[in-house]
Amino acid sequence: MSEHLVGTSHLETAATAAPERRERAWARPLYLLLALLLACALPWFIYPPIALDILCWGLFAISVDLLLGYTGLLSFGHAAFWGSSAYITGIVAIETGMPFPVAILLGALAAMVIAVPTGWLAVRSTGIYFAMVTLAFAQMLYFVANRASGLTGGENGLQGIPRPFFGMELIETEAFYFYYAALPLIILGCFIAWRTVHSPFGRVLLAIRDNPARARALGFDVEGYKIVVFVISAGIAGVAGGVFSSGHGFASLNDLMWTTSGKAVLITVLGGIGTLWGAMVGSGILVTLEDYLTTLGFEGIGIVTGTMFIVIVLLFRRGIWGSVQQAWHWALGKARLRWG
Amino acid sequence: MGSFIQYTLQGLASGGFYALAALGLAVIFGVLGVVNFSHGSMYMLGAVGTVVALDEFGLSFWASLIVVPLVLFVFGVLLERGLVRWLLKLDPLYNFLLTFGVTLVIVDLVKRRYGSSGMPYDTPAGLRGQIALGGLELPTYQVFAALLSVLVCVAVWVILVKTRVGMIVRAATEEPDRSRALGVNVAMWVTPVFGFGIALAGLAGVLAAPTRSVTADMGTNFIIILFAVVVIGGLGSIFGAVAAGFIVGLVEAFGQAYAPAYAQVLIFVLMAGVLLVKPTGLFGSGEHS
Repeated sequence: MSEHLVGTSHLETAATAAPERRERAWARPLYLLLALLLACALPWFIYPPIALDILCWGLFAISVDLLLGYTGLLSFGHAAFWGSSAYITGIVAIETGMPFPVAILLGALAAMVIAVPTGWLAVRSTGIYFAMVTLAFAQMLYFVANRASGLTGGENGLQGIPRPFFGMELIETEAFYFYYAALPLIILGCFIAWRTVHSPFGRVLLAIRDNPARARALGFDVEGYKIVVFVISAGIAGVAGGVFSSGHGFASLNDLMWTTSGKAVLITVLGGIGTLWGAMVGSGILVTLEDYLTTLGFEGIGIVTGTMFIVIVLLFRRGIWGSVQQAWHWALGKARLRWG
Repeated sequence: MGSFIQYTLQGLASGGFYALAALGLAVIFGVLGVVNFSHGSMYMLGAVGTVVALDEFGLSFWASLIVVPLVLFVFGVLLERGLVRWLLKLDPLYNFLLTFGVTLVIVDLVKRRYGSSGMPYDTPAGLRGQIALGGLELPTYQVFAALLSVLVCVAVWVILVKTRVGMIVRAATEEPDRSRALGVNVAMWVTPVFGFGIALAGLAGVLAAPTRSVTADMGTNFIIILFAVVVIGGLGSIFGAVAAGFIVGLVEAFGQAYAPAYAQVLIFVLMAGVLLVKPTGLFGSGEHS
């Protein structure tokens, strides 16, 4: 399909199966500690609801990156999982009053259940077809949610979602404390993504991305692997969507819209495809920018985000994190050459 | 029986919009290997352009039918020259993302300029009311829209099959490498074909202006259904795209008549069915990668 004008090159993703550089033993725990510290410090510097938004959208973009960067599948319908989990989380919290983490995990579970048939159908197509098919299924879910207004509140959405947490009022009402209560869930999502990538399973995914025919010849069930990673990704997107609706106290049709899927893809590309952590950086930039524009009263955020999309795709295909990584490796290589 | 014919006509009319736009999408995909996400916004620009042409320049519907697609052709040429061209040698996902960005910009620009509420457009004078056909009263405009889109699709078909230009485009679509090896300058056709595809989406928009509510958002749902259309028909097949366009229009019309709650969902169920039975699309052939 892509052989139209002289051979085309692949997506510029930072994820490679090359043997990982030997890092010093202290490096990884140090980076993780730094990331954790940053995550804990965030609501002190940024308005807490915005800080939570950054984490939610970042995790959502990580779920997209798991497919795009590590499996070579662009899902343009991930709002289906984010949104369905947002609704289910809300419904569970309203109807049963269970603690919010339970509601969110149930929401993520529901997203995974929805992902099984959609994934099963979508993996029959690849490349650009996959993007179109996932987009179409997400739109179908949007129509269904709009129709099922008894359950979803239709156009009005689901309002007044409580976040019960063993009667701890601070967490239940204050965004600042809720941030810390929700942080473990976000970390759980990140950990699952990281674990998936750095496992034998993840290596097979890379092989499928780079050379599906060879992976199949080696005896790997290519479609099966794709479905499994699609469902995992949907679960992570579900966690993000659930935390988001818990944090805001409402779920709306907007959560299922194709623009929501598009925003997740934008964050992924902005951060750098195949970097996982880049998604958090991209999310930090985009969410704060959108917040800034909204407070300015600027209408037409799409003009800004759309232009960003165009510029990144034309000029910075490695994204922010990808470019930083590249520069870092280059500098490190130079230093090694010089000083051994 | 009467209502059956009425729904069929309605389906053919709205199917015509899909068919025209899908034809443009398929031709662009064929020659450039690009799935143009902004196709829906071009359809919207066609409709909005028609309304604006009348309100601000006093251009009649008939003039718009020619002028608006021409303007969009130029716009398409600029878009290809300015942006799309630079990514043609990369993974096609990049151009998909690029045109998505273009969509966001266009939609919000139109919203800022013309607001997000519907822009009224009267059915042109000669096409109002009903005409009697074999004892049936049918809305004149729908007959006109259905006929015109069928006519344009047939005309494009004839051009593709009978003329030298068409032969080159088909060859470039189906066997790009071999065409190049045989000395066909495929690259020369890239820009005009892109513009032509955009113009077809614009034409669909012009035709839709009198019957649909013209808003900045009218293209967003349209493009997603259009994607379902090309998945059903098979992107590689020009005939498939047109046929699937009319099929989807008919499914939508009959769905709205007999199961209004599920009319929109029906299209996606159809798409799922096609994926299940023939992942390359009803009229697509071979493997796509």
